[in-house]
Amino acid sequence: MTRTIDARATLSYTGSIVKYLSAAMALPLVIAVIYWEDIWVFTASIAIGVLIGLTLERLDPDPELGPRDALAVVSLAWLMAAVVGAIPYLLAGYGNGSALGHPINALFESMSGFTTTGATVTAEISFEQHSHAVLMWRQLTQWLGGMGIIVLMVAILPQLAVNGAQLMKSEAPGPGLQKLTPRIAETARALWLIYMGFTAVLMVLLFVLGVTDLAPNMTPYNAIAHGFSTLPTGGFSPEADSIAAFSPVAQWVFIPFMVLAGVNFALFWYLLRDDPTQMLENTEFRTYLGLVTGLAGVLSVGLFYGGAPVTEIGGLTEGNVENALRQGAFQVASLMNSTGFATADFAQWDIQTQYFLLLVMFVGGSAGSTGGGIKVIRWLVVLKTLRRELYTTANPDVVRPVRLGGEVVDENVVRGILVFSMLYLLIFALAAIFIELDTARVGDPLSGIEAFAASLATIGNVGPALGPLGPFGSYEFLPNTTKVLMIVLMWIGRLEIVPVLALFIAGIDD
Amino acid sequence: MHVVIVGAGEVGTSIAASLAPDHEVVVIDIDSDRTEDLKYQYDVLTITGDGTASPVQEAADVANSDIFIACTDDDQTNLVACGTAKTFDASFTIARVKSTDYLQTWERDDRAYGVDFMVCTDLLTAENIVRVIGLPAAVDVDPFAGGLVQMAEFEIGDDSPVANQTVMEADRFESLTFVGLFHDGEMTIPRGDTRIEPGDRAVVVGSPESVQEFANDIAPDSTPNQADEVVIVGGSEIGYQTARILEERGLSSRLIEQDPDRARWLAEELPDTVVMQHDATDTEFLTREHVDEADIVVSALDADERNLLVSVLAKRLGVDRVVSVVDSADYVTVFEEIGIDVAINPRTVTAEEITRFTFDSVAENIAVLENDQAEVLELELADGCALVGRPIATLVEEIDAKFVIGAIIRDRRHVTPRGDTVLQPGDSVVALVETSFATELAAMA
Repeated sequence: MTRTIDARATLSYTGSIVKYLSAAMALPLVIAVIYWEDIWVFTASIAIGVLIGLTLERLDPDPELGPRDALAVVSLAWLMAAVVGAIPYLLAGYGNGSALGHPINALFESMSGFTTTGATVTAEISFEQHSHAVLMWRQLTQWLGGMGIIVLMVAILPQLAVNGAQLMKSEAPGPGLQKLTPRIAETARALWLIYMGFTAVLMVLLFVLGVTDLAPNMTPYNAIAHGFSTLPTGGFSPEADSIAAFSPVAQWVFIPFMVLAGVNFALFWYLLRDDPTQMLENTEFRTYLGLVTGLAGVLSVGLFYGGAPVTEIGGLTEGNVENALRQGAFQVASLMNSTGFATADFAQWDIQTQYFLLLVMFVGGSAGSTGGGIKVIRWLVVLKTLRRELYTTANPDVVRPVRLGGEVVDENVVRGILVFSMLYLLIFALAAIFIELDTARVGDPLSGIEAFAASLATIGNVGPALGPLGPFGSYEFLPNTTKVLMIVLMWIGRLEIVPVLALFIAGIDD
Repeated sequence: MHVVIVGAGEVGTSIAASLAPDHEVVVIDIDSDRTEDLKYQYDVLTITGDGTASPVQEAADVANSDIFIACTDDDQTNLVACGTAKTFDASFTIARVKSTDYLQTWERDDRAYGVDFMVCTDLLTAENIVRVIGLPAAVDVDPFAGGLVQMAEFEIGDDSPVANQTVMEADRFESLTFVGLFHDGEMTIPRGDTRIEPGDRAVVVGSPESVQEFANDIAPDSTPNQADEVVIVGGSEIGYQTARILEERGLSSRLIEQDPDRARWLAEELPDTVVMQHDATDTEFLTREHVDEADIVVSALDADERNLLVSVLAKRLGVDRVVSVVDSADYVTVFEEIGIDVAINPRTVTAEEITRFTFDSVAENIAVLENDQAEVLELELADGCALVGRPIATLVEEIDAKFVIGAIIRDRRHVTPRGDTVLQPGDSVVALVETSFATELAAMA
């Protein structure tokens, strides 16, 4: 039995990451200055964050990372990011009656932000309750977490580039990491640049919609805020009505960008390099697009034929082609890859339609995208392996590799994917049962489907669930035990379980 | 011609035997027993030594050789020998290789390894197997341009879909050209309105895939198609290549390989082939997998005894056609006497290919049709030759002779010739020509 994690080196690396991440709070500080708001919240937060970072860094001035340390750094960095990210919520919320004044709520909101979940504990979202600066910080955490904190740090910090590939592998969504360039820092930079590019394009589009009066509510502030939370498949919105606050034209503009966010960003890199076949012939990409279109079509038809009552937010869909199409496409584009925006209060839809949404949430985005969930590629491999096993049971002598778009999938990868999916489903089911029991314990029980949706919405980084946890509801009323569990679910869901588990079982000698 | 051959094994000996009567042949081998034998057996000069070493090549006067052939059993030796020969400015080098990797490299750039022509034994054997099993309806099949183009002669039956159609109507196969029709033994050059009658023999030139497609169409019963069962026993390089070429032709086969790692590799490389991992000499397994119902069994194991065993087993189970690879040339007749339909020896195949190439190096390749009424030639067009620069339609009008261009190979790619295609210098063309005009046409290129 040997403890193989070098705790000092791990903490030191985490410290560097926290230090630089705290610098990102300069943006909400600027917002605070512009809107004549309290600047001390963010000045103090930056100071505390940098101080924590520097202290941790001091633990080991010349850290060296082993393979297990890399897993630990990634897990700890995400946890610490959430902790430091919660400081402004706590400082701003303390004493003014906001839910965010409670440490668990603040951590929940922060973890939900960084992991691009988009589940919120604030019942009331308004500038009366929260400052422009705090709400912008909420959006920014999603954007920072979207492409990955570690990817960002590898891109900008030379000292992380050495172990960059290992670090990024632990953070990357989906099985394995696609290295695009010989140098990992270059890959990280390329991914972030593409991500920033799309974000900028969306911001400009939204801004134009706002100034041309096509979307009257789309102020420059909103254009920036929503640009920050769309590409990372986040789902936070400074508007209480989420995207329903904007005109149908603006809602249509969001749809393609949400779909984009669920695509493997490496494919865009190939596209920019004049290699479109990489994208067009990518099996996961094609399946993903097919699923989005197919599921959106089914939902739209369902809504057109009365799959939902007339809701206050979202309006009449029965017999209304444009609205049925828009609500169907928007909700699928938002829930499938775990964004979590809403243009309709789907928590009030027919129960059958709600079950359909639950199914949609199960899919997830693509590997290498900013989306959460099990991911399209894993479903493909799981289904293909299942078919292979059935076939070889009948034909025991046949040797048949699992193929994905003609490419053979290595058996070790297949096994990894099966184990991951099993683990994911197990944790999802156990958590759902826990949530059910825990809410019943405090006398405010969720229904079965609501508990399952809540579990899925957090581990899958979706955000809104069903019932009182729907898109216009809040997680605030849940017992603290459930909230803590959900914080963990969001954390392990974003990092895809293994790095976090490895942190706890690091001492086990295998 | 002055010919230098490195390697006096079965391949080298066979080539030497066919070239010795007309040419000045020098054979180099490292084994003195072999060179001694050869010296007295055939009228050739032998040198004992390392064929890759420059002093040995100097002694063999490689500098003045017209053709240099490296055909030992070892790929690297052959490639290095050719490389060495090029330092003497050998005018034309031929290398025999087993590995298709070397072939692929050479195909990317034919200056590679200093080899001017590369013969890949295993690939050649596999192509041979596929030809044998793939086109039983064909009266005659010949490969051209290193296998990129095939010429095939088919008898058109009463029930053939192209019977009683004009050539224009029948011309619905991509990259396939009708080059000749034999009606009652008389050759005619097909024009668009020529009618194909039952009992005619049609000569077509095109890519191997299109010829296969044509065969499927005109003789669906005897030509293997998707519904036919092809079982390949043994995942050797030959077995693998055979399955691969069958996949290319749209035929899927079952491939049986005993070694688990090799089986896994084969399954990865051959997506449309069902790879089974089992001992193919296990009769219970063969019955369980209904190998007896297979239409064709190809035995491509590494050892002759095991090939014999599998072939005999397959025949006894009632398989229609059994094709076996036979490593030792001496056993070929034994196999065929026992009742194996076709026995193919890789070394013989290689020696034949090299010999044929050597003979026909001017008009690169020749097939003779129907009592020498017509010949199919492969010609390489030189700069400024009489055939280039004009559309084929004009060319045919200008030259008053019976000839048809069946295929063009441009930059190692197959181009289907049509009336408006313009020939370019450097092209290779496969043409059918009346025998009396053959020499004249060859001179024009």
